[in-house]
Amino acid sequence: MRASAVRLLNILVPVKRSVDYAVKIRVNPQQTGVDLNVKHSMNPFDEIAVEEATLLRKRLGDAVKSIKAVTIGPPKSAETLRTALAMGADSAIHVELPESAPAPEPLGVAQALRAIIRREQDSGGVDIVIMGKQAIDDDAGQTGQMLAGLLDWGQATFASKVDVDVDAKTATVMREIDGGSEEIRCRLPLVITTDLRLNVPRYASLPAIMKAKKKPIEKLTAADLGVDFSPRLETLKVTEPPTRVGGGKVESVDELVAKLKEAGFTAV
Amino acid sequence: MLRTTIRSLSRNALLKSRPALPSRLLSSTRPILSDSAPLNSLDVYTEEETMLRDAVQRFATDVVGPKVREMDENEQMDPEIIKGLFEQGLMGIETSADHGGAESSFTSAIIVIEELAKIDPSVSVLCDVHNTLVNTIFRKYGTKEQQDKWLPQLAGSKLGSFCLSEPASGSDAFALQTRAKKDGDSWIINGSKMWITNSYEAEIFLIFANIDPSKGYKGITCFVATKDMGIQIAKKEQKLGIRASSTCTLNFDDLKVPAENIIGGEGKGYKIAIEILNEGRIGIAAQMLGLAQGAFDKAVPYTYSRQQFGQPVGTFQGMAFQIAQAAVDLESARLLTYNAARRKEEGKSFTKEAAMAKYWSSVVAQRVSGQAIEWAGGVGFTRETGIEKYWRDSKIGAIYEGTSNIQLQTIAKFVQKQYS
Repeated sequence: MRASAVRLLNILVPVKRSVDYAVKIRVNPQQTGVDLNVKHSMNPFDEIAVEEATLLRKRLGDAVKSIKAVTIGPPKSAETLRTALAMGADSAIHVELPESAPAPEPLGVAQALRAIIRREQDSGGVDIVIMGKQAIDDDAGQTGQMLAGLLDWGQATFASKVDVDVDAKTATVMREIDGGSEEIRCRLPLVITTDLRLNVPRYASLPAIMKAKKKPIEKLTAADLGVDFSPRLETLKVTEPPTRVGGGKVESVDELVAKLKEAGFTAV
Repeated sequence: MLRTTIRSLSRNALLKSRPALPSRLLSSTRPILSDSAPLNSLDVYTEEETMLRDAVQRFATDVVGPKVREMDENEQMDPEIIKGLFEQGLMGIETSADHGGAESSFTSAIIVIEELAKIDPSVSVLCDVHNTLVNTIFRKYGTKEQQDKWLPQLAGSKLGSFCLSEPASGSDAFALQTRAKKDGDSWIINGSKMWITNSYEAEIFLIFANIDPSKGYKGITCFVATKDMGIQIAKKEQKLGIRASSTCTLNFDDLKVPAENIIGGEGKGYKIAIEILNEGRIGIAAQMLGLAQGAFDKAVPYTYSRQQFGQPVGTFQGMAFQIAQAAVDLESARLLTYNAARRKEEGKSFTKEAAMAKYWSSVVAQRVSGQAIEWAGGVGFTRETGIEKYWRDSKIGAIYEGTSNIQLQTIAKFVQKQYS
């Protein structure tokens, strides 16, 4: 006989609509950014996050009460939420920004997510936030960490394995770090950011896509959350990387060492 | 008074069917312009259809793609691919959810067929025959008991096959010789079928046999049989193209089938066959379209990276013009195919449009895939790059599910009726 009822987990999965990974990026003529008139899809690391939430439900069964996806962006971002719903999320929130608004920055996103989590307190709160470690368009890699800081929660970033102990209210996460891997145990509630090796996201099956049509998407505005998305950063210039110049051929190891030393590699 | 009625009718139609696409009410005359029913361009898809396209594209690229060459060289469909198609819910696209299907639109099926064909036309035709011929026959002509019995199996794990053609009857389908004789509450079927797609892997077979030759084609009846009732595979064909798709000759030697396995009623087989092949035609159009697009998508990027005489070969004007013409061909085939699909969804007549789509897509497939080989030069001629496979696969487009001459005959009859 347990002292208290089994805690049911509410999982929040923020997802971002970003440029598709297969697109050939081109800098725009004004040199202020890249040409965004290209194919967009869900950020690959966020797909891994949605998949992990779905896998957690498979592993923990009824202990996972809800999986909610959230995105912040223009009307088109709703497509990304539909994909999340087709991959296993139960419901979604769309914080809709005007079409002409600049892309939100990590701090703005983190503040919005905090506001949403506070809103969710009345319906059971959020126990785990799983999100991509970074978006492949800006590669900022900050939002998860900022969110944990704002909420005063623990963070387990660059996760390559996640195990949740519902009764103990902890999660054991394997993290990918420069030297190899690090295993940490964290108390819930927790922010987890996903790394590449965490899982392989499923293809949305057709029945799942059809079911996703009926799942609810709640629409909110920045005003509803009391968040200001105005940019704090100004992009001065965006250019393509310099074209590669050809290398040279050397005749002997000595010549190679000499050339390396010339180029400033003193460790040779 | 009439205007407001039509406006409210179209609004109701809007609410009942897909939200993104208002129905066009009138078929052959120009639609009444109403400011509450904007007309869409022909390449508009619902959100689900777009999501489905993306999902199948990824599945085809990641799961089917690596096995294409091996399946072609071995002339064998990989059972894992068939399993994957079932798991993705792609084998019961229009089947209702009660029967284990995805309850999606006909256009969704067409999208699936096209996307699969971009990677492998053999896999595409497997999915096409199963969905547009076999599943649809049960959905349209089966009794409730038959639907409850067979549709879940077809949506879940069992591959279906459609058996009409015989050694002596192809275009002249209703000259078929297979006979069925009543024996108590069973029928005994004798005869053979030829050129049957999916037959090597299938477990459920729809067999057209004549129960009363004195009635001519009005004796033709559709029976459903399972492999274990005694269907024999006499020969597996070795083909020029779509080699991974099994094409076999089947023998029925006193094949005993229960009377409850008659679909649509005695003597209704010819009607079923005509109507179903009409729809199936759009499926083949989608397969040929996907094939052509797949060949184009493989060869054209190569022409922009391969350099000769100091520039990418695709930028020479001669090449650029050929590529442009192929792009026009593709767009025209695409519009014909998807418009025929939408017309069918809207309950309009689509026989002429389906014939046009199938005929034209097969022409475009041959032309574009042939050019794709030439654009890629020597590399296009090797089997390794996979471009030549599209050209070999395309040839069947002008032959099966109604030869090009039959399509032209169908179209000609419509024109004659309209103009004479």
